[in-house]
Amino acid sequence: MKKYEIVKKKTLTPEISQISVYAPLVAAKAKAGQFIILRVDEEGERIPLTISSAEDGLVTVIFQKIGGTTMALDQLNEGDCLQDFVGPLGLPTEVEDLGRVAVLGGGLGCAIALPVARALYQAGNQVDLIGGFKTKDIVILEEEMSQACTDLHICTDDGTYGYHGFVTGKLEKLIESGVKFDRVFAIGPLMMMKFACKLTEKYNIPTTVSMNPIMIDGTGMCGCCRLTVDGEVKFACVDGPDFDGHKVDFDEVIARNATYLEQEIKARDNHLCRLGGGAMNG
Amino acid sequence: MANLQNVRTLMGDQDPANRVKNFKEVALGYSTGAAMNEADRCLNCKNRPCVSGCPVGIPIPDFLRKVADGDINGAYEILSAANALPSISGRVCPQETQCEGMCVRGIKGESIAIGRIERFVADWAYLRGYNEKIKAVPSNGHKVAVIGSGPAGLTCAGELARMGYEVTVFEAFHVAGGVLSYGIPEFRLPKAVVKREVEKLEKMGVKIELNMVIGKVLTITELFEEQGFEAVFIGSGAGLPMFMKIPGESLIGVYSANEYLTRINLMKAYKDDSPTPVLHNKKVAVVGGGNVAMDAARCAKRLGAEVHIVYRRSEAELPARAEEVHHAKQEGIIFDLLTNPVSIEGDEKGQVQSLTCVKMELGEPDASGRRRPMAVPGSEFKVEVDAVIMSLGTQPNPMSYEGTPGLEKNRKGCVAADENGRTSCPAIFAGGDAATGAATVILAMGAGKSAAKSIDEYIRSKQ
Repeated sequence: MKKYEIVKKKTLTPEISQISVYAPLVAAKAKAGQFIILRVDEEGERIPLTISSAEDGLVTVIFQKIGGTTMALDQLNEGDCLQDFVGPLGLPTEVEDLGRVAVLGGGLGCAIALPVARALYQAGNQVDLIGGFKTKDIVILEEEMSQACTDLHICTDDGTYGYHGFVTGKLEKLIESGVKFDRVFAIGPLMMMKFACKLTEKYNIPTTVSMNPIMIDGTGMCGCCRLTVDGEVKFACVDGPDFDGHKVDFDEVIARNATYLEQEIKARDNHLCRLGGGAMNG
Repeated sequence: MANLQNVRTLMGDQDPANRVKNFKEVALGYSTGAAMNEADRCLNCKNRPCVSGCPVGIPIPDFLRKVADGDINGAYEILSAANALPSISGRVCPQETQCEGMCVRGIKGESIAIGRIERFVADWAYLRGYNEKIKAVPSNGHKVAVIGSGPAGLTCAGELARMGYEVTVFEAFHVAGGVLSYGIPEFRLPKAVVKREVEKLEKMGVKIELNMVIGKVLTITELFEEQGFEAVFIGSGAGLPMFMKIPGESLIGVYSANEYLTRINLMKAYKDDSPTPVLHNKKVAVVGGGNVAMDAARCAKRLGAEVHIVYRRSEAELPARAEEVHHAKQEGIIFDLLTNPVSIEGDEKGQVQSLTCVKMELGEPDASGRRRPMAVPGSEFKVEVDAVIMSLGTQPNPMSYEGTPGLEKNRKGCVAADENGRTSCPAIFAGGDAATGAATVILAMGAGKSAAKSIDEYIRSKQ
């Protein structure tokens, strides 16, 4: 196998793909909650992706085709090599025997929630893994998730599968039915984590979130990924990505993550245009 | 008899009106004739004050003499034996406070333009294919690891390779060069120049491993125990960018200089087709007065902004190299001196809208020996800007060495190392910003060179 070779690729949904990359040193050290940064080609941008699993010299990441870079990444196939692949970065999720925990995964966030749930489950916790998706057709990793927890609860926004509603709704139902959670882990879109934290604050349940701000180097050098936690500036790449969700200023991160929205839309359109054979020249 | 011309031989610059529209190198370099003329101004003083001002100890009058005689090859041999990266230091050294600051010719006229001649000689040799002729020294069988491929690490690696050590440099980024690649802009130090210096080291047998974050993928302990290295040099650079802790620093449009420069220099965000974005602002405030602030300001200018340097002391205290301040002013950067930000305000989308500052005056000298700036009561004023770039220096990032048994830190939190690069662990050495906090490229190169000598002594002493 070659350096940074895509050894396995799986299309999970039309929008989400999974790749396993040959990077034995990274694989040997990777722990749940950590991330890698990759570049697709010589001129490519650096994008962070959280590690989904790591074994036998392979590091697996799951990504959604939302921008120019992830679209370019999805053009690569088994046997192709990435330009760069660096990690494991960030601090691992603190895994200990807490008792009963809920792990919330939102959409693609389930790819990250999975290793966290698995590690917590293996550490002796009773784990309720709550995975939320828009609709039945885009449910991913169901089998893997079911093996990484005590109880798996799939939710869909439109009720086409499992619980009808958001993951926060399912969590609240469990709490109201008398389940006492010692800790909640919320991993997914910023809005989902923000509302999960609002809910757990009400019930006074300590909550860990996995933050995903914009990054460049991933080693603390640039400060691009800074966020405010308990009134203090923290760098997600070296101080996180996990933080106490009740102390994170979510609105600030949500605003900052939109910094390059215009450029991102342009990049995506450019990419689609190239895929279409450059037909937009009239 | 030396050339008694009292002023320096001119070096061409790109015209300021044009260069603010491109990222090409500003200083155009000497011709052979200009370099010979300038070198001939050297009086060859007996006590060689210029050499004592050089952190890497280049025998300056010797190489100047060769240039004056038209023996550029001979000059290059002298220069490259003392300095592993001459085409870089010739461009970015603060010569006015080092070699040129000590030059006797500077007493009655202008000092000799040593930096420009150094650059000329290095470029001359490269253009004549000298890199192709380099051969690796046969291995002495001893392995040394270097963490970081900035000026300290590259110099240390080059010196060790020359002695026959098997050197591996570990770089966290996808490109070698450290601050030379991500920090210093193309118009001051072309990346092709950095690349050719790195290639030179590779020809000398140095292995460069990119995408390796030491402390994460391998620890220093593992470098010794599993990878078979006998000594480790930590040259991991300055670290985490500092912010002012004033309201509004997380608004959209507030950058650390490190982030802004990395996007532009390393990721090439100034090019229209770059996948990495950077904001193209209308009016930018750069807070700070060092070289990094000048670099950020001049980049912002090239991206089309009106740019203000906001600095709390006066012009005399600006820490930047004289030439950078001069170039910045030529390019129309506005200096708001004795001015300090107190808050940044944003609009409803969280984007920077304005910067509130206060006027300062200088009081008694503080611990740094510089007069302490104090706010003038009631002098607050607001300026409309759409970006603020914080260039306030850095604090140590211990990621690469945290948890290494017995490795001590100094009061600032950097790796504690003496002037020879020795740390509290006999097999671990450190130098450059990782040991001193933010300083200059040439001091880092000097530290890399001293540490290489210490590493050689250490490994020999074990045999």
